[in-house]
Amino acid sequence: MSNSAIPVSSSAHRGPTLGFRGLDVLWLQVTGTVCNIACTHCFITCGPKNDSHPIMETQSVLDALEQARGLGVKEIYFTGGEPFLHPEILKLVEATLVHAPLSILTNALLLDDETCAGLARLERNSRYSLDLRVSVDGTTAEENDPIRGRHTFRRIMEGAHRLYRHGLNPVFTVTTVHAQYEGNEGRVQFLESLRELGFDRPRVKFIPPFHIGREEERGGAYPPGFQLSPGDLFEGEEQYLQCGSCRTVTAKGVYPCPILIEEDGARMASEIHDTLVPIELNHPACTTCHAEGFSCRT
Amino acid sequence: MPDVSDYERIGVFGGVYSNHHALRTVLADAASQGVEKLFCLGDIGGFGPHPDRSAELLRQHEISTIQGNYDDSVGNALDDCQCGYTDPRDNAFAQISYDYTLSNTDPQHRAWMRDLPMHLRLRLGGQDVLLAHGSPRQVNEFLWESTTPDSFIERLLGEHQTDLLLLTHTGLHWNRLLPQAPGRGLVNVGAIGRPANDGDTAVWYSVLTWTGDVGAPVSVEARRVEYDHETLASEMRAERLPDEFVETILTGWWTTCLEILPAKERARGQL
Ligand code: SF4
Ligand code: SF4
Ligand SMILES: [Fe+2]
Repeated sequence: MSNSAIPVSSSAHRGPTLGFRGLDVLWLQVTGTVCNIACTHCFITCGPKNDSHPIMETQSVLDALEQARGLGVKEIYFTGGEPFLHPEILKLVEATLVHAPLSILTNALLLDDETCAGLARLERNSRYSLDLRVSVDGTTAEENDPIRGRHTFRRIMEGAHRLYRHGLNPVFTVTTVHAQYEGNEGRVQFLESLRELGFDRPRVKFIPPFHIGREEERGGAYPPGFQLSPGDLFEGEEQYLQCGSCRTVTAKGVYPCPILIEEDGARMASEIHDTLVPIELNHPACTTCHAEGFSCRT
Repeated sequence: MPDVSDYERIGVFGGVYSNHHALRTVLADAASQGVEKLFCLGDIGGFGPHPDRSAELLRQHEISTIQGNYDDSVGNALDDCQCGYTDPRDNAFAQISYDYTLSNTDPQHRAWMRDLPMHLRLRLGGQDVLLAHGSPRQVNEFLWESTTPDSFIERLLGEHQTDLLLLTHTGLHWNRLLPQAPGRGLVNVGAIGRPANDGDTAVWYSVLTWTGDVGAPVSVEARRVEYDHETLASEMRAERLPDEFVETILTGWWTTCLEILPAKERARGQL
């Protein structure tokens, strides 16, 4: 294992080096870029026809989980694409929850009663927490549907209510493409709307838009030269940026984070063991994490 | 490694949060339990009334105390308590009690807090023990029962070269001795400053005993302590601390800081 920093993109720009403090979080791109919808702000351009990162084999997921456990992992995240498109998703959830807490990022459109009941049973039988993060882009169809697709708001809420009825209180995950949900007031307002929609202990997480993938066309790209430079990071920033303690595994290899998997040169290695080294933050999206103090973690 | 003291029975508490009534009761309870030494894992102020009273008690009884995020903040007059909340409502309440605590802590106690160590090492019989606040690597790291897997506990023990880790900061007590590794594990001693979000007004600390048994060389007892919470509540009212905090003391349910709870711990609460 070499100790020199691995750049997070193939850009010729020289970015700052971020230390690695150990594998706290393993992201598993269980369905890669395969999704049942195609949101206009999706930063990895997922959709029904994008199998750039295909659905992971069940055994590869189990192998990655086992490696991460040996490395002292703290939390597991399933994402995609839409994780519930994985044909053996409940088996993967069960295998994970034996050893570690799990969060699943979902659009909630495939959460029927049987799936919710299965998840609730696995959660009850585990010592560890299971969190479902439901993506939604507003508190009305008018806000959400132009981004996520026609009639998706109603169906997202149905899925979220189903989880709730089965005792799984979802965390609503909102990309702040609507200016009114920025800042504290936006957050309070969002929580209030969720209460009105029947979620009496609402949980929410806001995510800044990353101007890459499809969001680059919708909201505009990062301006040229928009990059972090050596010296821009503050002391101990690896504690705050998730890539100071996470790695992402897809069917194609290991990446620093779930945001950059479609970016040129972001693939670090084929094995987790070869990626536990400092990274060089030379992608424009890194400016968003740095400026917002953002982590995809809860 | 410097010389470390050796014990067979210790009492460990944390998260005093200015609850001088609970602190007095815990001191008496620990004495009745025959512990050789008492340790405080930090967060002396915050939440409750008259922060100096707790600081005085700790110093007068010569309790070995380490520095929590709150003590670092108060000691160094930082802008906020570094509790690590994410919700703006939680931060607003935290700021009220932080400002109150900072302005009501004697400079001499603040100097003492500033100089507290961040870690302590000791021996409990044959085991190495490390005392820290949130985690040994980050003072305000939250280690909850439902989000701390065995694999991660093993890693922390290895990285910090110890058999047992004693922590507080989250306010909820739990412990896990690793089944495959007798005498190794993590103990979150909980908080004596506010109840454990379970509808019970009592608070918790831990007593650890060296048994010397091959299969289970250490026993951990979480001790439930009832104290005069009604008097604490009236003092909090008199000091105009938030009603939400008073309600927690009187009901045993958290009314703030719920956002930081993982799914399982949140589901057990009332809000
Ligand atoms: S944002 Fe999520 S739900 Fe939307 S297309 Fe991308 S992966 Fe699918
Ligand atoms: S995009 Fe963010 S999480 Fe990904 S490597 Fe850059 S700073 Fe880290
Ligand atoms: Fe703390």
